[in-house]
Amino acid sequence: MEFDLLINAIIAGLMLGGFYAAVTAGISISFGMLDIVNIAHPGFIILGSYIAYIVNVHFGVDPILIAIVALPAFYALGSVIYQVYYQSFEKHGQDSLRGLAFFFGLLFVTEVSLNLVFGVDYRSVDVPYIGGSVSIGAMEFPVRMLVPCLVSLAMFGGLILFMSRTFIGRAVMAVSQDPQALQLMAVDPIRIKRIAFSISIATASMAGAFLIIIQPVIPSAGREYIGRVFAICVLGGLGSLPGTLIAALMIGVIESITSTFYGPSWAPAVSFGLLLLTLAVRPSGLFGR
Amino acid sequence: MRTSVFISILCAVGAALYLAFNFVGNDYLFFAGYTVLQYIVLATAWNILGGYCGYVNFGSAGFFAIGVYSTVFFHAVGQSVEEIFPEFLVGPMQAIFPLPLPLLIVFAGAVAGFVGLGMGYLTLRLRGVFFAIATLALTVVMETFIVNWTFVGGSRGAYVIPPNEVPVFGHFIQFLFALMTVLVIVALTTARLIERSKLGVGFATIRDDELAAEASGVPTLRLKLVATVVSGALMGMAGAPFPYYIGYVEPGSAFNLSYAVNSIAMPMIGGTTSWVGPLVGALLLGTLQQVATVTISSAVNLLIVGLLLIFFVIIAPRGIVGLVQDRWRARSKGAKS
Repeated sequence: MEFDLLINAIIAGLMLGGFYAAVTAGISISFGMLDIVNIAHPGFIILGSYIAYIVNVHFGVDPILIAIVALPAFYALGSVIYQVYYQSFEKHGQDSLRGLAFFFGLLFVTEVSLNLVFGVDYRSVDVPYIGGSVSIGAMEFPVRMLVPCLVSLAMFGGLILFMSRTFIGRAVMAVSQDPQALQLMAVDPIRIKRIAFSISIATASMAGAFLIIIQPVIPSAGREYIGRVFAICVLGGLGSLPGTLIAALMIGVIESITSTFYGPSWAPAVSFGLLLLTLAVRPSGLFGR
Repeated sequence: MRTSVFISILCAVGAALYLAFNFVGNDYLFFAGYTVLQYIVLATAWNILGGYCGYVNFGSAGFFAIGVYSTVFFHAVGQSVEEIFPEFLVGPMQAIFPLPLPLLIVFAGAVAGFVGLGMGYLTLRLRGVFFAIATLALTVVMETFIVNWTFVGGSRGAYVIPPNEVPVFGHFIQFLFALMTVLVIVALTTARLIERSKLGVGFATIRDDELAAEASGVPTLRLKLVATVVSGALMGMAGAPFPYYIGYVEPGSAFNLSYAVNSIAMPMIGGTTSWVGPLVGALLLGTLQQVATVTISSAVNLLIVGLLLIFFVIIAPRGIVGLVQDRWRARSKGAKS
C-alpha cells in the first residue's frame, strides 16, 4: 500500500512538474537569459487564469484554446512592458533596485486590480474532462493534471527547438552572453531582447490556463509561485531551458511526496528550502555552466 | 546638528503630537496615528538596507510578522505556564508573565535580527537579485511555518486581549501610540547615525559600485550583514506591539503583502538617500491611506500605493526629496547668476 502511495505521489509530482515547467519557462527566459528580474511574472499568470475563466464561463470554450488565442495579446503586453522597462531603467545602466521595485509594483497592481474586479472568491473553469482520470494498474492519472502537463511539455519542447534552431532563438541565446558582439553582427540587441521578453510574457497566458484547470484560482495565488519559479530557475541553472525542465520535474516530485507524506500545508516551504540550499551550495545551479 | 539635539527635537515633536491628540480626545486619532508611525518605522528600516546599500528587501512583511508572532508566542507561553514549566518554576514564571510590552519589543527585534543574519549570510554573497528573491520567498515560507504551528494559533489565529487601562497613559491605545513614537525616534536616530558614520559611507560604496568597494578593501559582506540585521530588527520591533493593537492575529493579516509594498513604496516615493525620504513618504502615503480607507475602500487605496510606486520609480527616481533638492539647487544657481 505504502509503495502504491509512493508511486502515485511520484506520478502526481511529475505531472505537477510538467506544469511548473510552463510556469517557469517565462522566468527562465526573462531572468535567466535577459537578466530582467521579472518578479511580476506570476501576476501575469494569474491574469491569464482569469482571462481563461471569464471566457470559459461566458462561452464555454476550453481554457487552453483561449490561452492560445490570447497569446498575441500577452505578446503585445510583453512588448509594452519591455519598452517601458528599457526606456526607464535598462538604458541608464545598472539600476536594479528601481527595476525590481517597478516589477514589484506591477505584481501588486495586477493582484489588487483582479481583486477589485473579481473579488477574493476562488474561481474555477468548467471543462468536461476535469473530473476524469486514466488508470494503468495501480497508477492514477487525473486528467485535469495530465492535460496541462502534456500541453506544457509540448510548449516547452517547442521553446527549446525555437531557441536552438531558429535565427531569432539563437540571437536570444547570444544576447544573454554578449550583446555587443551581437551588435557587431548587425543585429539589434534591444529588438531581440524585446522579442524574447514578449515571448516570456506570452508563456504566462498558457501557464495561466493550465493553472486554472488544475485548481481554483484567487488573485493572490501568484505569490505562492514566486519562490517556486525562482527556485526552479536557479536550480536548473540560469538560462538553461533543459535544466529548467529537469529542475521543474524534480521540484514537482519532491513537493508531491512532501504533501503526500507530511501534509499539503508544508509543500510551499520545500521549494524555498531548496532555493536557499542551492544558493548557498551551488549558485550556478545543477546544470549551470 | 548634534545627535542629542536631534533626539530632543524628535521627542518634543512626539510629545506635542501626543498631547495634541489627547486634547482632541478622539481615540480614533491614536489608532490611525499608530498605523502611520508603524509605517515610518518600517520604511526607515527598509531604507537602511534598500536605500543605503541598494539591496532590495521584499520580505518586510516576513520580518514584521516575526515580530508579531514573537509577541504571540510569549503571550501563549504566559497563558499556559502550568503545562510548560516544571512545578518548581511555575511560581516564579507566573510572577514574570505576562512580559511587559517594551521587553517583548526587544525580544522581537532580537529574533528578527537573527533571522536577517541567517538569511543574509546565505544569500548576500551573491548578486543582489538573489537576496531580493530569497526575501520574497521568505514571507511565503514563514507563513507556511506559522500556519502549521498550532501553539501560536496556526491558521485559526490567536487572540491577544490587551488590558483596558494602563497607569499614567490611561487608555491602552495611548500607551501603544507612545511606544510606537519611541520606536520611531529610535529608528530615525539609528538611520541618521548610520548615515553620518563610517558605516554609512561604507554602505554608500556598496550601493554605488560593490566591486570597486570590495577591491579597495571595504568589508562588503560584513557591512551588508550589519545593514540586514539592523533593518530586520527594526521591522520586527515594529511588529511586536501589533497583536495588542489589533487584538486578534491570523497569518493572513500578519504577513499581509501590503506591508512589503508600503515599506518599499514609501522610501521610493519619499527618496532613498537620507532618513528624511522614508519619513516624508510614510507620512504622506500613510496618511493618504488612512483617509482613503475611511472614505473610499481599502482595496482601492492599495491600488493607489502600487500605482504611485510605479509612477515614482519611472518619473522621479530620487523621490520627493530629490525633487525638492533639484528645485533648491536651481533656485540658488539662479540667485548667483
